[in-house]
Amino acid sequence: MPAFAFDANVGGSDVGMNAHSDPGHALLEVRALSKSFGTLRALQQVDFTLRAGEIHALLGENGAGKSTLIKAVTGVFPRDAGIVRLDGAEVAPRTAKAALDAGIATVYQEVNLLLNLSVAQNLYLGRQPTRFGLVREAEMRRHAAALLAEFDLHIDVAEPLGNYSVAVQHITAIARAVDQSARVLILDEPTASLDRHEVEVLFAVMRKLAQRGIGVIFVTHFLDQVYEISDRITVLRNGRLIGERTTAELPRIELIRMMLGRELAETTRERAAAQDRKAGDVCARFDGYGKAGYVAPFNLSLRRGEVVGLAGLLGSGRTETARLVFGAERADSGSVTVEGKPVRLLSPRDAVAHGFGYCPEERKTEGIIADLTVRENIVLALQAKRGLAKPLSRAEQDEIAMGFIRLLDIRPPEPERSIGLLSGGNQQKVLLARWLATAPRLLVLDEPTRGIDVGAHAEIIRLIRELCDDGLALLVISSELDEIVTYSDRVVVLRDRAHVDELEGEAVDVTNILAAIAVAGTAGAEAG
Amino acid sequence: MRGLPPVAITALVFVAGFALCTAQFPNFASTRVVANLLTDNAFLGIVATGMTFVIISGGIDLSVGSVIGFTTVFVALAIERLGVPPLIAFAAILLLCAAFGAAMGAIIHVFDMPPFIVTLAGMFLARGASFLMSTESTPISAPLYSTVSDFALRLPGGGRLTAIALIMLAVVAAGAVLLHFTRFGANVYALGGSRTTTALMGIPVGSMTVRIYMLSSVLAGLAGIVFSFYTAAGYSLSAVGVELDSIAAVVIGGTLLTGGQGSVVGTLLGVLIQGLIQTYINFDGTLSSWWTKIVTGILLFAFIALQQAMLGIARRSGPRKAGVLKS
Repeated sequence: MPAFAFDANVGGSDVGMNAHSDPGHALLEVRALSKSFGTLRALQQVDFTLRAGEIHALLGENGAGKSTLIKAVTGVFPRDAGIVRLDGAEVAPRTAKAALDAGIATVYQEVNLLLNLSVAQNLYLGRQPTRFGLVREAEMRRHAAALLAEFDLHIDVAEPLGNYSVAVQHITAIARAVDQSARVLILDEPTASLDRHEVEVLFAVMRKLAQRGIGVIFVTHFLDQVYEISDRITVLRNGRLIGERTTAELPRIELIRMMLGRELAETTRERAAAQDRKAGDVCARFDGYGKAGYVAPFNLSLRRGEVVGLAGLLGSGRTETARLVFGAERADSGSVTVEGKPVRLLSPRDAVAHGFGYCPEERKTEGIIADLTVRENIVLALQAKRGLAKPLSRAEQDEIAMGFIRLLDIRPPEPERSIGLLSGGNQQKVLLARWLATAPRLLVLDEPTRGIDVGAHAEIIRLIRELCDDGLALLVISSELDEIVTYSDRVVVLRDRAHVDELEGEAVDVTNILAAIAVAGTAGAEAG
Repeated sequence: MRGLPPVAITALVFVAGFALCTAQFPNFASTRVVANLLTDNAFLGIVATGMTFVIISGGIDLSVGSVIGFTTVFVALAIERLGVPPLIAFAAILLLCAAFGAAMGAIIHVFDMPPFIVTLAGMFLARGASFLMSTESTPISAPLYSTVSDFALRLPGGGRLTAIALIMLAVVAAGAVLLHFTRFGANVYALGGSRTTTALMGIPVGSMTVRIYMLSSVLAGLAGIVFSFYTAAGYSLSAVGVELDSIAAVVIGGTLLTGGQGSVVGTLLGVLIQGLIQTYINFDGTLSSWWTKIVTGILLFAFIALQQAMLGIARRSGPRKAGVLKS
């Protein structure tokens, strides 16, 4: 692995950050922090500096050590070595509560508030204003409303928090932390379950906090958001500090290189060879296919060696289309032909028999069987297709499993490891292998790159391209338009549970897709 | 307000039931009937108030019936056999109950055991201990007992609001204030929402758990004292199954069995509904008193179904409020 100029962290020295002329003083300083779990060295001599009033993105692939760093700083884990200074004074909290008392607050992706209590109670639980032991409800609500108004949030604070959206819950959690005089606010994947508008609202809150001199650490894997909001970026890789840069001076490709530690050809945004491929014959064709109240009837033909992307907002009917195609839902209109012959898809069994495969979106709940090994997960669909009467011998299973582990570069390459112990990207590859083992003619992938770090993301995309070069027909759903544009030959755009447009060839780009989604009365989708 | 819609339904059921009884028995609607309703169910109202806290916090306390039984025997033996002044016997048993509840709460928290099992053990323990002390009914003839049972506030229309009814109303009122207007009460709801989250928000979960079960056991002890006033005796078989009656009262009162929602006032209404059915049967004179259990069972089913339906509606009611955001 080639070393980068900024790869150095030799001897735990800081990364030349004292010499600059930033107005914000160092608020939180982490020096030479180390943490091991058994033999795994999760953090090695990591330095990190957060300045007052900045939004600092903490980036890295899965397993880079982001969470460990946060947890070591906030007292969730004890640390092996290193010091943490807050405003120059050394702090060593032993619990999350102690960290909060010291002024370091963390808001996790799963909001840690109580949905059954009122918004006001959530803000002031444990420190409600009282008189003679009684909570002064009116005063508490007044304070709560005033506090949230600072974040431009005007809601009825007497209502249970559970009645409000996740974005409101996040802001409430942040407001509680800030009101408890937090000076460092750590946001761990706060935007993962928010829609575009809610992200904007959250960002407005983050900017406001930064203006007040609070230091915000923003952990995310949405690089667009990093460039939109952060002032500075720190990248970790394999438990080491790779570098700290100001966002404005760090080109995206450079950032990805820092995160991946290897040259990565422009992963997304580039529709390289897609046009060169020659689409083959139609292998499956759906005419007027649909189900009342589920998806409006659509026409869809899938050709060998072609990737068809399904684009649309959440709830537009993408997953529903996939489930119809795979027979997981029964259509009530239309017809299907496979290789020119009319067939009926009444259940996933029928679909499998016709050579279809389906990797669902909910990998954890619908896809992998966490307690089984990689090998068992891979041969599952093939065995089901052959029937229990014709068991695969152990030697055959081993051969198939090893073959796909090599082909898809599944890591670690151990077929007997429980799949639950693999990273998200590798679990996704195992799922792909499961269906590829059945030699399908059509594979449906629902959000194949969700929850996967950048490196695995690029690899999955590369795999998708290779698969269809081998003559497979692919139907891929993704929320990331850049990604869909990268690998799709054709893109079907859905809106309100109907197929509204189909783009092909040169027409496949983000602007056109957005335009198709935004057509006719549907509010406010805009490019960029 | 939290818990209000189910409570409103409970109140409606009570009023409708009362109207029904009045329609059938014209002299039903009297202060006498109401006062007797409160007196006859005084001990249940007290113990159910404690149970309300436990259930809202996400727990359950199966030991309360046995604690009542134990208390009656303890008090009777202390006063009659050992000659202990009643008030000292009361203080001693309440302290003992507090320790008993605290121990159950501590075990639940420290060993992370299900409250169901821990309080089930407590139930056997307390019942067994009361048998150990005496298997026979011991009448109590202390002067305080006759004084207390003679005391009553006379209501217009001939009703007598007895001392034990007043104690119960006081406990319910105090319980309502504690639950709805103090930090302790807010923490009880918080625990029922999520234990881990409550801990992360800096609430001392362990001491809260101990105090909640302590409260339940102390109120069970108080209910035991009231029960001994009511029957003027101590008997190891008294109040068998009362833990289930009180759970029923709490649930009929609109408290979510899974915790996080509920109210003390609802529980009082739940108690009164059960009492109302019993009173109806007494008025009728021909019905078996077991009909109380049957109707209670039906009501329980109805309320649990109602809670599930309301949860389901809440889940399905589409997009949640985004709040008013101006930017």
